[in-house]
Amino acid sequence: MSSNAESEQPAQSATPAPEPPNPAWQRVQLARHPKRPHTLDYIQRMFTGFSEIAGDRAFGEDAAIVGGMAYFRGRPVMVVGQQKGRDTKQKLLRNFGMPKPEGYRKALRLMRLAAKFGRPIITMLDTPGAYPGIDAEERGQAEAIALNLREMSRLGVPIIVIVIGEGGSGGALALGVGNRVLILQNAVYSVISPESCAAIIYRDAGKAAQAAAALKITAPDLLGLGLVDEIVNEPGEGAHTDYDEAAQWLGDAIAKALDELSALAPKDLIDHRYDKFRKMGNFFVEATA
Amino acid sequence: MAWFTRKKPPTEAGGEGERHVRTEGLWLKCESCSQIVWRKTLEENLQVCPQCGFHFRIDAAARLQQLFDGGQFEIHEPGMASTDPLNFVDAKPYKERLAAMVKQGLRDAVISASGPLDGRPVNICALELKFIGGSMGTVMGEKITRAVERSIERRHPLIIVSASGGARMQEGAVSLMQLVKISQALMRLDEAQVPYISVLTDPTTGGVTASFAMLGDLNIAEPGALIGFAGPRVIEQTIRQKLPEGFQRSEFLLKHGFLDAVVKRPDLKSYISASLKFFCD
Repeated sequence: MSSNAESEQPAQSATPAPEPPNPAWQRVQLARHPKRPHTLDYIQRMFTGFSEIAGDRAFGEDAAIVGGMAYFRGRPVMVVGQQKGRDTKQKLLRNFGMPKPEGYRKALRLMRLAAKFGRPIITMLDTPGAYPGIDAEERGQAEAIALNLREMSRLGVPIIVIVIGEGGSGGALALGVGNRVLILQNAVYSVISPESCAAIIYRDAGKAAQAAAALKITAPDLLGLGLVDEIVNEPGEGAHTDYDEAAQWLGDAIAKALDELSALAPKDLIDHRYDKFRKMGNFFVEATA
Repeated sequence: MAWFTRKKPPTEAGGEGERHVRTEGLWLKCESCSQIVWRKTLEENLQVCPQCGFHFRIDAAARLQQLFDGGQFEIHEPGMASTDPLNFVDAKPYKERLAAMVKQGLRDAVISASGPLDGRPVNICALELKFIGGSMGTVMGEKITRAVERSIERRHPLIIVSASGGARMQEGAVSLMQLVKISQALMRLDEAQVPYISVLTDPTTGGVTASFAMLGDLNIAEPGALIGFAGPRVIEQTIRQKLPEGFQRSEFLLKHGFLDAVVKRPDLKSYISASLKFFCD
């Protein structure tokens, strides 16, 4: 998803000098680290009795989103998240973590099921973006995402969202309407990938590092903009260095959020979520025209 | 020197994504069928080619003129402008881009207005493609959300006419969250049982399609409009093959079940009016 930017800059010729590393770009590298724990790695460590639910009951099953019934520290919850693959076979199966409409529709089905039976929802965001392909467009990628945004706002149970890796634009956001939005220390959340942004504004995808900094996509940036509630620390050099510790710390943060939200009645949960997003992005002035 | 050498490049200064009606002459050439059309005829036909039916792009102000009775309407939040939350700089600072648009009389990419449509009070938000590609940032998010709230409060139907490349990159994830802000307001509109008609025009892509444009009680489009989530170039780069003819056009979406109707511009007002009558009276 991107805006139309004008093209005043001439195309860059010659090979550009390598960019000096910047913190935002380092975070992008960590968020995409091949060994970074994915949704199922956390599910395995944080939940017991995970029972996967497949399919959207309309078109098919999309392995780029996983979800199901589980127990979080003894409490029944519905867990849903985007799933990337690690080896080539897994990556193809998971479509590199890029969901198609049936994935989003499955996710919505699971979340509605959770709301029906009063079970809290925990979602994990980790995708480069919604799949940009012919079949995804034919089956209404945009409609599927839009519907999730509207319908998630109607659910009367606690929703806790965690950005665990790449929060890739609308494709991530479609699972992102929560009462609490947590983000791992080295995760990113962006309106457009740094590469695509660089291709548009600098006419050079190689300037992704620069774009990453300009887009303010790191956890501290997002906290400063009021778009996330809390940063969850990662062990060592990043979550990939110690899965168990990463899952432990994340679990503690989820438990705290869940405790706080469990006191609220369904209607209050809906209003709480509404007010939270209603206030996002108050970056405007009203001049007298 | 040859007689017919072009001195200027064939496209207009607006560049890619801009298709203006040339207004300098009395006659103009339809960019679809290449027939010569008298400008006045085109105007009378609401900027639709009388020969081939091609829909020229029109701006937000013209759209509101066409839909409200006698072009009478009240504009809301006309002075609302972005404060540049990221302090974003690309080829030039985002603040300068915004300032340049103010000189053209535009403060953001949407006009929000109230007025009568066939005598019925309605709220209409029309997106302005000329303003940074009709992109959605914090101002559009706020103005449309307020329009939705106004519709709930007054129980006046809402119409949003989209024309946009999606979320505004220059406002980063702040733009992204506007998708939620508007979509959840539409949830409340839905619960209040006040009608919302989404009109998709050329082009409607990205975060606008993936939020309010696809959430109407009716989702209708003008003929031949480009409508999608990912832009065609992005898809071509991903799958590395040419896209089929007519892909992501209104008729394609109609065929795949994602539009309720394709409505020609001269019929748009009467279509909306009849639908609102069905829902409300």
